[in-house]
Amino acid sequence: MSQLPPLAVGVPLLVAALLAVVHPLLTRTVSDLVATVTALATAVMCLLMLVHVGSGLEIYWFGGWHPRGNLAIGIDFAVDPLGAGLASLVSVLMVLALVFSTRHLEVEQPYYHVLMLIFMAGMVGFSLSGDLFNMFVMFEVLSVAAVALVAYKIHERAALEGGLNFAVINTIGAFLFLLGIALIYSRTGALNLAQIGHFLHHSGNDRVVVIAFTLIVAAVLIKAAAVPFHFWLADAYAVALTPVCLLLAGAMSEIGIFGLARVYFAAFQPALGGSAPVLRAIFVGVGLLTALWGAVMAYVQDHLKRLLAFVTISFVGIFLCGVGLLSADGVSGTAVDVLADGFNKALLFACAGIIQHRLARLSQERLHGCGRHLRLTGPLFLAGGLLISSLPPFGPFLGKSMIEDAAIKAGYGFVPALIMLASGICGAAVIRAWARIFRGWGRAHEHAEDTSDEETEAEANEAQDRTPAVMLAPAVLLLIGTVAVGVWFGFADLAAKGGQRFVDFAQYHAGVYGAHVPQAGGSSDAPKFYDYLYCGGATLIALGLAALSLWGARLSRRWNDLTESASALLLPVRRLHSGRIGDYTAAVALGTGVLAALMILTLN
Amino acid sequence: MGIYPYLVAAWLAGVGFYGVITSRNYVHLVVCLTVIQASTYVLLLSVGFVNGGQAPIFADVPSTSVVVDPVVQALSLTDVVVEATVMALLLALVVQAKKRFGNVDPDSVNRMRG
Repeated sequence: MSQLPPLAVGVPLLVAALLAVVHPLLTRTVSDLVATVTALATAVMCLLMLVHVGSGLEIYWFGGWHPRGNLAIGIDFAVDPLGAGLASLVSVLMVLALVFSTRHLEVEQPYYHVLMLIFMAGMVGFSLSGDLFNMFVMFEVLSVAAVALVAYKIHERAALEGGLNFAVINTIGAFLFLLGIALIYSRTGALNLAQIGHFLHHSGNDRVVVIAFTLIVAAVLIKAAAVPFHFWLADAYAVALTPVCLLLAGAMSEIGIFGLARVYFAAFQPALGGSAPVLRAIFVGVGLLTALWGAVMAYVQDHLKRLLAFVTISFVGIFLCGVGLLSADGVSGTAVDVLADGFNKALLFACAGIIQHRLARLSQERLHGCGRHLRLTGPLFLAGGLLISSLPPFGPFLGKSMIEDAAIKAGYGFVPALIMLASGICGAAVIRAWARIFRGWGRAHEHAEDTSDEETEAEANEAQDRTPAVMLAPAVLLLIGTVAVGVWFGFADLAAKGGQRFVDFAQYHAGVYGAHVPQAGGSSDAPKFYDYLYCGGATLIALGLAALSLWGARLSRRWNDLTESASALLLPVRRLHSGRIGDYTAAVALGTGVLAALMILTLN
Repeated sequence: MGIYPYLVAAWLAGVGFYGVITSRNYVHLVVCLTVIQASTYVLLLSVGFVNGGQAPIFADVPSTSVVVDPVVQALSLTDVVVEATVMALLLALVVQAKKRFGNVDPDSVNRMRG
């Protein structure tokens, strides 16, 4: 049995501990180097796991405690293609983030490096875990590290508040997770996902199982930031250090979606599979609401990172639609989209970081036309915006077309149109930001006076004259990654096989109990003509909306009245994002209650 | 013990949520979080409780005797350790808020909105 799964989590944790101990002896450069090399080693291990497991399943039992009969007495890591793939995405993004941060002036060794490595270890551990309680522990490990990283610029009020909001809401999520674990343990006497599934297969579901599932779903949706659990995300992502944002937007939100899929397919599917149509309706509904909500909120933001944070929320909604279809196709499509859009969102945050580094600002109004001389960053940002709107035939297009095909196959014919709308609006927000900052198009200083309190401080004390290569290179690599996912169709086939393996409970259970799991079959269909229509449509919506918003006033005098009434209509929604922990907690409680009521009433 | 421990757990969670939602002081808010956390302990321990069960230490009781479930106790212990870290981190942030901005009221802030 391969020893890679425990090493991929253990090595970064060990190096983090060592760094914390010996840091007085190290210079900043050495710390950077050690952390980057460790992340690189983890990435290599995860990629090796991915190659090794193919589309099968490999189980690692800690301490060699194999199951006895039907009882899983040990704790296992279950490595499947999608889990290993997510772990690889996390560690590759971490390598790029650490390279990006080598020229960051605010980073203090060793704590930054220690936290980043723990953050990565938590996410990798979560992706590989085959045990519900172990998932909870990893959930907490990655949350604590992420909170500390978000609140890293402790002297900044916004960062401190963002960190506190993030910490409180995610801690509540952890409690919901644990309450769910306690309930499902009381019913099944098991913590191993496969064993829970096996028990539920024979016992069927009852109210306790449904409530346990609801609580766990609420917890992972808090991490993923689906409406109405999403409020903390924009406050936290907008203020975090840019390299941390790369990880937060590119991987951490996706970790929540992965947790939902893992818990459903590996543990609850045997009991709840009979009610899949109801669950599908709930998940797709929440997903679409999140996608549109995030897109509209992104469109009205002025602060660049906050805009990208809402784009992240919108895309979480699209992922939730994909996974929520509860089919192998939906899961594979989501996997491709997570990979492509993970790179893409990280690219946009990297560009935002470069803007902050060079121009010491993030408010679009204040940056109006200031970015004309950034000759490399501008095109990168525009490319990111076009890719956000799922421009065919690149990565995000491939992912979304697979999700849309799966939705149509599941009888949700209206989903593609709404996904087109959401990604179109997100794209419009990003492209308009590009036009304002890098071209100086549109009117300047419309609302400059009310943006003053929204500005976060620059990450360097003042604007720098040059963009360091260590900041540009990761951005370029991320762009290449985003494009490559779509251009090389091999990804789609890999994901299709991975999706088949992921949703197959019988094989998962057999694999955990020692049987050899064969490689999954299946291949992806090539995108159909209507996929090009939907995704091309999204790009057209993005370009058209951005242009209208920049020059609409010139076309017609009615335009201003129109935008004013639209923003008046939107005001109540914007007011909900109040920044108050109490309000956010109330939303979480309400969301959990509604979810519980829906599930208790409809699942039986 | 029947349904009572579950009612206590639900009550603790409810009260804790109420406290977090209405809190006007970060320290109070963190303490309310620990009240929600207490509900997880009560639930875990009552799930594993067996009437007349002994402590699950087989050194001095025969291995055939009735004991309470040791797994939930291990879970509670892990939970204590994990959440102690979280609470320490939260309180550290609150201390910084007090030090740098002079107050601990979640509502009196100059934050990003909308």
